Amino acid sequence: MSAIPTTASAIAAAIASKQITAREVIDSYLAQIDARESDIHAFNLVMADSARAQADAIDADIAAGRPVGPLAGVPIALKDNMCTRGVETTCSSKILEGWKPPYDATVVTKLREAGAIVVGKTNLDEFAMGSSTENSAFGATRNPLDTSRVPGGSSGGSAAAVAAGFAPVSLGSDTGGSIRQPAAMCGVVGVKPTYGRVSRYGLVAYASSLDQIGPFATTVADAALITEAIAGHDVHDSTSIPQDVPSFVAAAAQGVKGMRIGRVTDLPEGAEPEVKARLDAAFAALEAAGATVVDVQLPSLSYALTAYYLIAPAEASSNLARFDGVRFGLRVNAADTNAMYGATRAAGFGDEVQRRIMLGTYALSAGYYDAYYGKALKVRRIIAEDFNRAYESVDVILTPTSPVVAFKFGDKVDDPMSMYLCDIYTIPTNLAGHPGMSVPFGTGAHGLPVGIQVLAPALGEEAMFRVGGALEAAAGGAQ
Amino acid sequence: MTQSGSPISAADVAKVARLARLDIDDAQIEHFTEQLGKVMAHFADIDALNLDGVVPMTQPYPLVNVMREDIEMPTLDTDEVLAAAPAAEERRFRVPPIIGIEG
Repeated sequence: MSAIPTTASAIAAAIASKQITAREVIDSYLAQIDARESDIHAFNLVMADSARAQADAIDADIAAGRPVGPLAGVPIALKDNMCTRGVETTCSSKILEGWKPPYDATVVTKLREAGAIVVGKTNLDEFAMGSSTENSAFGATRNPLDTSRVPGGSSGGSAAAVAAGFAPVSLGSDTGGSIRQPAAMCGVVGVKPTYGRVSRYGLVAYASSLDQIGPFATTVADAALITEAIAGHDVHDSTSIPQDVPSFVAAAAQGVKGMRIGRVTDLPEGAEPEVKARLDAAFAALEAAGATVVDVQLPSLSYALTAYYLIAPAEASSNLARFDGVRFGLRVNAADTNAMYGATRAAGFGDEVQRRIMLGTYALSAGYYDAYYGKALKVRRIIAEDFNRAYESVDVILTPTSPVVAFKFGDKVDDPMSMYLCDIYTIPTNLAGHPGMSVPFGTGAHGLPVGIQVLAPALGEEAMFRVGGALEAAAGGAQ
Repeated sequence: MTQSGSPISAADVAKVARLARLDIDDAQIEHFTEQLGKVMAHFADIDALNLDGVVPMTQPYPLVNVMREDIEMPTLDTDEVLAAAPAAEERRFRVPPIIGIEG
């Protein structure tokens, strides 16, 4: 048995050329899960048996000379808010514990058709509401780089799974930074595609106008490969964009010669000094690679957090109305239906989910709608317009992904506002509907990884991957 | 109308919890009143903005009535769906009485 490659592209190539079997690959990853999962808790469910069976089927196809998909034998972990038919999908919430969806999410169907093997369902902040994965009803995930610290969130399990070598790639969802921020904190690559680039069918909704599925990977090329595999129009999601998907893998290798990189001169304060230093180094690296740095202003950025924490909870309060003890999940019995709803939801939802449902209900309630929700939607418009104005003079914008490196457990859990501030640089992109990615770029305080965020205009993933690839090359050279 | 910077009261929280169908106790109402008040206080930053004439943005792309051909497509399996429900009977979801039982 030859050494197991560590990237999805190398794994797929080695299996297809019979240098290694899919079974050897999956056994190797499952062994790594056995060795460290009890320390990390990346998964709500490890699907060892079905993963081995799928690997054996791929090996049989290859042995018989039958065609296999482009990702045949590549293990992948899924955030546990994506529906998998007949396999528990919990959103790390007691209200969905034990629920087995009657259908697969479109991303799951696409990955299976490409031959990828789902190794398990990863932990998250309950219903993707949080920035540390401490809000999971089933216990927090620990950062593989320092188990006394959080992995970020809400897709902390998917970020940790890749950082710990439990899978070469994984999927998360990003509503206000839930892919990019944990990617930064775990030292891996994380991508939020353009809103509508990837179907949300089968993604349990948090805030429908902001949610988007995207990958985690150890390399920019792998992140591009998985983005390509899951992107495309889907009749089941009317907000998915009917546009062809370009080759993001090719873009990632293209370099940045002649590109214009935006530096935000009025970026909201709050980043640690070491994080700011890495951002400066990233600009210098891209200039050295042939790009030009151009100053841009985004004056409305400082209002993004407020707009987000009105819009996202408002949409959540509506989306989460479906968890009422009638059709799926938990029911707490009571004398009448109304009492059953109240008892079920109070018992089934955790603290942060209840907080956001109430925040959203308040913002939408009679007498407050115009003052809060209506105003937030107007702020959203001026933020999107600020970005569009900036993209007239630059191809991408660079910011830190997170103002801070991975923090200790409990540091922010009792102070919602300080937790919300972790997403100050990632949230604006979701409001605009634009793509963004986080690329590891050296270390900050305590030797912990710092992520640099690359933002691009709508459907501008190619420019984003070009810059991501160049940052990765520069970071590799510096180490 | 209340200024958006003013903290939320316990009565507001109790009302909102009722609207949101969250049957929470007094201790939780107190806890949420304090935390939501802190969060709402931050929202005062948009009060000073002049947003007259700005068109609200509800979603990244303006979409109106996305239609498709009216063709038969597979639907979810009824048995599989009902198997995941807390209670089902005669191929329907079973719920407690809708009309409240007083006392």
